[in-house]
Amino acid sequence: MKTGAVTASFGALALLVVGPSLATADEPSVEALAYTCAGCHGTDGSSVGPSSPHIAGLKEDYFIDSMTAYKANERNSTIMNRIAKGYTDEQITAMAEYFATQKLRTASQKFDSVKAKRGAELHEKYCENCHEDGGRDASEGGTLAGQWMPYLEFSMADFKSGARRMTKKMEKKLQAATSENSDDVVDALIHFYVSQKQGSE
Amino acid sequence: MKKINRRDFACLGGAAAACGLTIGFPGVVRGAGRRVVVVGGGVGGCTAARYLRRMDPGVEVTLITAEPRYTACFMSNEVLSGERTLDSLTFGYEGLKKLGVQVLIDRVVGLDPVARKARTASGAILDFDACLVSPGVDFKWNSIEGYDEKASEIAPHAWSAGPQTIALRKQIEAMPDGGKVVIVAPRDPFKCPPGPYERASQIAMYCRHRKPKSKIVILDAKDTFSKQGLFVEGWTKLYGYGTDKSMIEWVSAANGGKVSAFDPTTRTVTTEFDKLQGNVVNIIPAQKAGKIAFEADLVDGDWCPVDKKTFESKRHRGIYVLGDACDAAKMPKSAYAANSQAKVAVAAIVARLKGREPGEASYVNTCYSIVGEEFGISVAGIYYLDAASNMIEPIKDSGGISPANASPEIRKREVSYAHSWLDNVIDDMLGGPA
Repeated sequence: MKTGAVTASFGALALLVVGPSLATADEPSVEALAYTCAGCHGTDGSSVGPSSPHIAGLKEDYFIDSMTAYKANERNSTIMNRIAKGYTDEQITAMAEYFATQKLRTASQKFDSVKAKRGAELHEKYCENCHEDGGRDASEGGTLAGQWMPYLEFSMADFKSGARRMTKKMEKKLQAATSENSDDVVDALIHFYVSQKQGSE
Repeated sequence: MKKINRRDFACLGGAAAACGLTIGFPGVVRGAGRRVVVVGGGVGGCTAARYLRRMDPGVEVTLITAEPRYTACFMSNEVLSGERTLDSLTFGYEGLKKLGVQVLIDRVVGLDPVARKARTASGAILDFDACLVSPGVDFKWNSIEGYDEKASEIAPHAWSAGPQTIALRKQIEAMPDGGKVVIVAPRDPFKCPPGPYERASQIAMYCRHRKPKSKIVILDAKDTFSKQGLFVEGWTKLYGYGTDKSMIEWVSAANGGKVSAFDPTTRTVTTEFDKLQGNVVNIIPAQKAGKIAFEADLVDGDWCPVDKKTFESKRHRGIYVLGDACDAAKMPKSAYAANSQAKVAVAAIVARLKGREPGEASYVNTCYSIVGEEFGISVAGIYYLDAASNMIEPIKDSGGISPANASPEIRKREVSYAHSWLDNVIDDMLGGPA
């Protein structure tokens, strides 16, 4: 968040020195930028599905890291690598701040309750340390609780195949979870996260 | 429809005296009771109504639309393949009403930009401080000789979702195995540039399972088309394109694809060198801005010129035109573009009603096409305004089409994201589940 803080204070300084006209003269406002995301990610970043991920409530670091990785073709994507290249680092930081303050509203999805129960145990043992509060706390990683199932499946497939890089911590935990258990742990975890709704509809 | 001139109109309204009071320019602050009339209940109009209420809850918004329910044209090619029903694309305006938008089922037949009044077919007169017009496209009947509104009952255009979509689907279902579907694709510009080619794909998808000996011939008024390389890749992989067994054939204008006439009695089209009869003929005619744009004197040629920073008409101040009806080059005529333009126009109107200068705009288009059950492709554009040329330009090195020869997994994911695109665009424009 260092970049964000620095930009924000420079912005404030500019306002003080030059007055408000400069700040808005040649740059779209953050709303003007963020509103363009709604057609795929939902109004204010809460997606109505069936697979585009929610981006409301994402932590700023995660949003910035994701967009920066897309921009550099370092994260597997269908369309986002093409879209991210349309924004400056400053615009990405501004959008990160915007979406971080939006309240996430997730919708009901079908899930297998036996798998979800098993997923809850696995989550507690292997994932809760970082993805706290049952995957609701998005401090370390994206939104898990209430995230759309196909998106979680795509993400895990990419992590497994190496198309998306995992942190060392996650790699270790995922390896432990798969080697210490004989069932499909990823599938169970996905069903658990899908079962965890957030916000009111 | 008789063209209304402004003087007649003011008299009709019985409000000539009031004209003097309401003349002004858009920057004027009028305080409480600001009214915006939105003409058209499609993506542009609905998105505008929703975002007006949201960006300035003090603005009174009336949306005027001819149909009590909205039927999305996007994704309606899936109705032709039987993948979905037209019902699944039909929505009410309840979400907008809940957000405080007044929805009037009527048709606007006259706009007075000076007196700031809109007149409807049922005789209602509505005052406005700003008016947003998003009527979509109308067809240029007889641009292909013999193809008029009546002939479209025999050879449906299905370029406006509704009964025409159903009619085309029924013809495809009734066609015998080994039948021929002829699709006539129009010249640029037209709404949904990849639409005719996605349509051919969707019909092929249906025929591959149900009528594998059938053929789909696209007769084109152009030599190139949107996402061409990706369509050809999909057709080659899925429908034998390029072989003599190909289910889809595309005939460019240079190869005689341009259709000049249609004979409804024999379902035969005439091209430069040939005559072609189809079991099913789908003619997508050349297009122009919707009727009200002509009636309200908003066009220059076929389309409505606008200041692309605000979408205010270049012909009449205080009237904003967006979506397919306006010239928004270089954005395509697409649903996502209309959604994006509506937000730009609304931000400008809200600023002006408060006496402020509109800020800089940001525009996005994304558009998906489903070539096969597990073969989706997309195009994305992120744009800025080049004020000097009044052109909406793509930001350098961004956007573009899906990569060629992507993995099957990526193509499959794009189908899933295409469906997300539909659900989220609908939700964003209609203000919640309908």
